[in-house]
Amino acid sequence: MNVVVNLPDALRADADGRVRFELQPAGATVREVLAAMRRAMPAVHHRIVTEQGELRPHINVFVGNENIRWSGGLATPVDDRSEVHIIPAVSGGSPTTIPAITRVAPPATVRLNRA
Amino acid sequence: MPASPMGVHPESGDVVVMVGTTKGAFLLHSNGSRRQWHVDGPHFPGEEVYALMMDQRGGRQTLWASPGNPFFGTALVRSDDFGATWSPREERAIKFPEGSGVSLKRIWQIQPGRTEEPDHLLLGVEPTCVFESTDGGDTFRPVQGLLEHEHRPHWTPGAGGMCLHTILTDPETTQRILIACSTGGVYRTDDGGTTWKARNVGVRAEFLPDKHPEFGQCVHKVVHHRAKPGRLFLQNHWGLYRSDDWGDTWTDIANGVPSDFGFAMAMHPVDTDTVYIVPLESDMFRCCPEGRMRVYRTRNAGDSWEPMQDGLPQGGVYETVLRDSMHTDALSPAGVYFGTRSGKVWGSADDGETWSLLRDGLPSVTCVKAAVVA
Repeated sequence: MNVVVNLPDALRADADGRVRFELQPAGATVREVLAAMRRAMPAVHHRIVTEQGELRPHINVFVGNENIRWSGGLATPVDDRSEVHIIPAVSGGSPTTIPAITRVAPPATVRLNRA
Repeated sequence: MPASPMGVHPESGDVVVMVGTTKGAFLLHSNGSRRQWHVDGPHFPGEEVYALMMDQRGGRQTLWASPGNPFFGTALVRSDDFGATWSPREERAIKFPEGSGVSLKRIWQIQPGRTEEPDHLLLGVEPTCVFESTDGGDTFRPVQGLLEHEHRPHWTPGAGGMCLHTILTDPETTQRILIACSTGGVYRTDDGGTTWKARNVGVRAEFLPDKHPEFGQCVHKVVHHRAKPGRLFLQNHWGLYRSDDWGDTWTDIANGVPSDFGFAMAMHPVDTDTVYIVPLESDMFRCCPEGRMRVYRTRNAGDSWEPMQDGLPQGGVYETVLRDSMHTDALSPAGVYFGTRSGKVWGSADDGETWSLLRDGLPSVTCVKAAVVA
């Protein structure tokens, strides 16, 4: 299975100048996609995942148009047609920690769209 | 996009003032007269830089920096050509052990280690810990005695986070290291990091019901002179203190300052009795008192303090200077430098007697480190 991954431009230097590439995960979830990234691009992986294996608080991962925080987290399924997007949240930029707004339950309209 | 920095090209005897900000690092370069300054930067544009250090031990001339941001975490990078190029971020990952339950958030301090070991390097990080390298910074490991300290569950973050911001080594007793963290207070090891004991006797915790707990103080900065290492000066979250016994006990020295609240503290490079601070008006306001920008200096180890204000604005000024944003160079008379959260860098080339604005318009200043190039 090949999954297309899209990175923000801020990580281009960590990805040998690429912001869009394919990975071959060993399984069919985002967790396996990130594991494949760890093998292929450890510098990129370290910038979006902590040493404890958790997504950094201000990083959002989308499969298609769905934020995985609302669709199963790292267990969110991927398939051969999936595009995974790594996108910084709008909650960063402060020198101090602020609660990531992406932790708040999504508005009902988002749920309706997903359905 | 800002122009790419080119680094600086200092000669022996020149001064480099490294300035970390919330949006990158800047290198200010002057000759020994310290009258004119060339500014290079931003390095790491858009990233916060809370720790910088120039390591000239063992014949090297290495700049260390810790760029990072809330999105992608913090890295430790080095430059061996005064900022013209920086090492790749993946070259040295600073990581807590898997399973420890904690992840690196920020590097607050990069500190040369034991004098006789030029490859010994220490990092103070958030969440509270020290990382140690014995191979010149190629690899680091967390100091287990702090990582597993029994007080760790009780340490709580201050406004700046749960930071370990001060590391002092003892040139006379190589196994002794003193650290300070907010909150938590002062801790010291005498066995190379295996065990750490709280050293806060006499230091107030104004924000707790028990004003004098064993630990939990919000210490903002500790400095000492390596020629008299056991004498320590401490800027507390309310309180100015001195210890003459490596932190075993502390004595109040807030004699004649407009406020004993503040963050920054810097040691004179030669005189073991001379220390600089920037008092701030209360923990709720955190600006220079009375709208006047004043550095206070003691030349008698805290028995008295005098305002140093010649050249600094004395009306309607509400500046904040953070804990690592003041430093001295090693020339005589000493250069003293500080940066403000409003992006100004001030400097004195005469022990603090007179001041001039070296640079305005920078992002919010998080750290200032000065060095004379060998």
